[in-house]
Amino acid sequence: MVKVCIDGKSVEVPKGSMLIDAAKEAGINVPTLCYLDLHSAMSGANSSCRICMVEVAGRKNLAAACSTPVMDGMDVKTDTERVVNARKMMLELLLSDHEQECLTCAKAGKCTLQDLCYENDVKESRFRGMMNSFPSDDSNEFYVRDMNKCVNCRRCVNACASYQCTEALDFAGRGFKAHPTPPFDEPVTESVCVSCGTCVSVCPTGALLPKMTEKYRTWDVTKTRTTCSYCGVGCSMDLLVKGGKVVGVEPADGAANNGLLCVKGRFGYNFINHPDRLKKPLIRKDGDLVEATWDEAYDLIVEKITKTKKDFGTEALAGLTSARVTNEENYLFQKMVRAGFGTNNVDHCARL
Amino acid sequence: MTNSIAEVVNSDVVFITGSNTTAGHPVIGARIRQAKQKGAKIIVAEPRVIDLAADADVFLQITPGTNVALYNGMMNYIISEGLQNAESIAERTEKYDDLVAALADFTPEKAAEICGVSADDIKAAARLYAEAPKAAIFYSMGVTQHTTGTEGVMTLSNLALLCGNIGIESGGINPLRGQNNVQGACDMGGLPGDLPGYQKVTNPDVLAKFEKAWGVKLSDKPGGTLTEIVHKAGHGDIKFLYIMGENPMVSDPDLNHVEEALKKTEFLVVQDIFLTETAQLADVVLPAASFAEKDGTFSNTERRVQRVRKAIEPVGHSKADWVILMDILNRLGIKEQYSSPSEILAEISSVTPSYAGISYERLEDLGSLQWPCPTADHPGTTYLHKAAIARGKGLFRPTEYKPSNELPDAEYPYILTTGRVLYHYHTRTMTGKVAGLNKLSPESFIEINPATAKNLGIADGSKVTVSSRRGDITTVAKITQAIKEGVLFMPFHFAEGAANVLTNPALDPISKIPEYKVCAVKISPFDRVSDYA
Repeated sequence: MVKVCIDGKSVEVPKGSMLIDAAKEAGINVPTLCYLDLHSAMSGANSSCRICMVEVAGRKNLAAACSTPVMDGMDVKTDTERVVNARKMMLELLLSDHEQECLTCAKAGKCTLQDLCYENDVKESRFRGMMNSFPSDDSNEFYVRDMNKCVNCRRCVNACASYQCTEALDFAGRGFKAHPTPPFDEPVTESVCVSCGTCVSVCPTGALLPKMTEKYRTWDVTKTRTTCSYCGVGCSMDLLVKGGKVVGVEPADGAANNGLLCVKGRFGYNFINHPDRLKKPLIRKDGDLVEATWDEAYDLIVEKITKTKKDFGTEALAGLTSARVTNEENYLFQKMVRAGFGTNNVDHCARL
Repeated sequence: MTNSIAEVVNSDVVFITGSNTTAGHPVIGARIRQAKQKGAKIIVAEPRVIDLAADADVFLQITPGTNVALYNGMMNYIISEGLQNAESIAERTEKYDDLVAALADFTPEKAAEICGVSADDIKAAARLYAEAPKAAIFYSMGVTQHTTGTEGVMTLSNLALLCGNIGIESGGINPLRGQNNVQGACDMGGLPGDLPGYQKVTNPDVLAKFEKAWGVKLSDKPGGTLTEIVHKAGHGDIKFLYIMGENPMVSDPDLNHVEEALKKTEFLVVQDIFLTETAQLADVVLPAASFAEKDGTFSNTERRVQRVRKAIEPVGHSKADWVILMDILNRLGIKEQYSSPSEILAEISSVTPSYAGISYERLEDLGSLQWPCPTADHPGTTYLHKAAIARGKGLFRPTEYKPSNELPDAEYPYILTTGRVLYHYHTRTMTGKVAGLNKLSPESFIEINPATAKNLGIADGSKVTVSSRRGDITTVAKITQAIKEGVLFMPFHFAEGAANVLTNPALDPISKIPEYKVCAVKISPFDRVSDYA
């Protein structure tokens, strides 16, 4: 263990930890833009934004807390005038090449750059000069890439390369023109991208945004933690709800997925509020399915169960339960077939 | 899965067979690639050049239906080279001599001939797998959906036991379950011979326990499997069929037969969220709530029980499936009122030993629990067979390669195999409603090797007619090197140009799984004149 002092607080952290870990241990928040602290398996330093700079006693230069290893006896200050001025300077430099559409940007309210400017009272940039002008890429069915709002934090590149392991993105250009991109600056649909949306989930600004099927502000939605209903991996995710409708999905740090989702779980939610959803029971009358009440449907079903049992015996009844519904529902279904129908003719498509 | 998903990143070797993981289980596909980045070696044995083939240290493009031959060839080499884990075999297994005797003549060369791959590659795969301290096997329907599916799984089990990979972290045999809660549906007794927790209906003690809990007399006669039920319906022996959240009109083999059978059923109830192809044949359709509209739990492929939480109210007049089932149970005289699914789970825990320690309170605290979880203070089980193999000793069950039920012949000269694509899920009841997914994968297609296509005069993107002994369909040709000559591939998701019109309903005699992965077909360019004549 290594002992360090952060803003007068003494903490012990394992050797090899970074200053940002020690600050966390001391209960002190060091602001950052690029450091990924979202999911247990998807965290780590990207060492690019320089927002997390702190003052280390005896060192001439400010140190980036995310990538400076702790050393025994270090005395660190996270909130000195020098640190705050440097942070403001970094924010102004970032803003000098940032499309400031905060009034209409869908990321507003959840944008780390916006939050940092608010916290540090940065209204505008002193540095007026050249601005990059990248064409926006809306070729993907589910998200838009607007590199004019990118802060070059590397999160998307690293998440795609090291967590999703698809390697659809990397940096191109040098110096001022450096930007993350699919190969050869072609539309992302020309790359190996599988539309999992992990890059969108880790982007701290509005550079990567989901295509909304219904417009919402980030503060309009409530989140409900649940489990994805597609394949058997069992990914944890949050359903975003506005006005009684599911308008989006975000990945969560579940034991099975650690913050990853695939294209179906991340973007395949529109079936939930689809107009074709069945909304009333239907009963076949004269060859056609017509709307009925629940009581009519229940009565008819129970009448047929009773009659079939009487006329043909219990083995003439069967039920197919579902690999799609919950444990509790599967339990009740087989209970209905076994205890209610009186047969073990119950199965589901486990084999299909 | 014997082991947990997260363990794969620490495996030394990952052997993927019968699974197109990045399409069927994309997040596990990503985890396998994370393992590779950490230094794991990858073996892939698949009929197609799947995405993970590019990550593989050894890639074996086997002919569909030859899994058992491949694994047996690998084991013959492992034994002949003395690469087996003698210590683990002595301590943890029995009948090893039977395996040695059964495999004595089955050389990699013999296997190579059957599988259509090189003997050197089989040897390389065997050596990699056997020499790894921790090697994990991942498989899916490419192993099970054969008339020899059970033998395929047993052969993999032999392989894992032979090399000491059962009961260790980051090893094991890991079947990837296809559906969100297919594990839970099995756990909860959605099987003809099993009450919840795989307790057999033929066991009088088990039956007595459930009769007491439910207050009714129960049958001790195992019921029919899905394919048997459909078959009986076709003969008019099933008069009343209740289908919840399933779409056999797209998912089952030999669809023409399924349609006939469902039409013949006197009374068909279908409970679903959409008017599926199956619901269109029903006498009563009940509108169910989607997963976003109800509380409950799903059990994933690694036996992990996780919460499903209600985010919105049921749309229209739909009801949660558990509410509908409770209503019907009550009307059938089984009076049980549950105010919420947590009360149902409490009843499940009281009769199911492997779920006995799982409750909503604990799931809120811990996030999830993996069964077996026998008591309220049990932490759950991340991997099975740790202290000892569950049945005492791991039993070697030697198997012999048997060809698929239907092989190519002069009339139907090609092997058709089926599978999934990334952008669709099962019968497209859900993904078919998502515009972006439909754009990325709009229609049924068939993969053809360029040489096969050239012989038949089939152009990429052109319409083709594909026929088997069960029926014929029209689909679109996709010419690709990803598939071998003589083999064709179709995704089974689409109702138009449905692969399952063609597939063979022949069953594995033990698991009763249909042989979706191999049937014989012929294919020709779509001919407007003769096809419309």
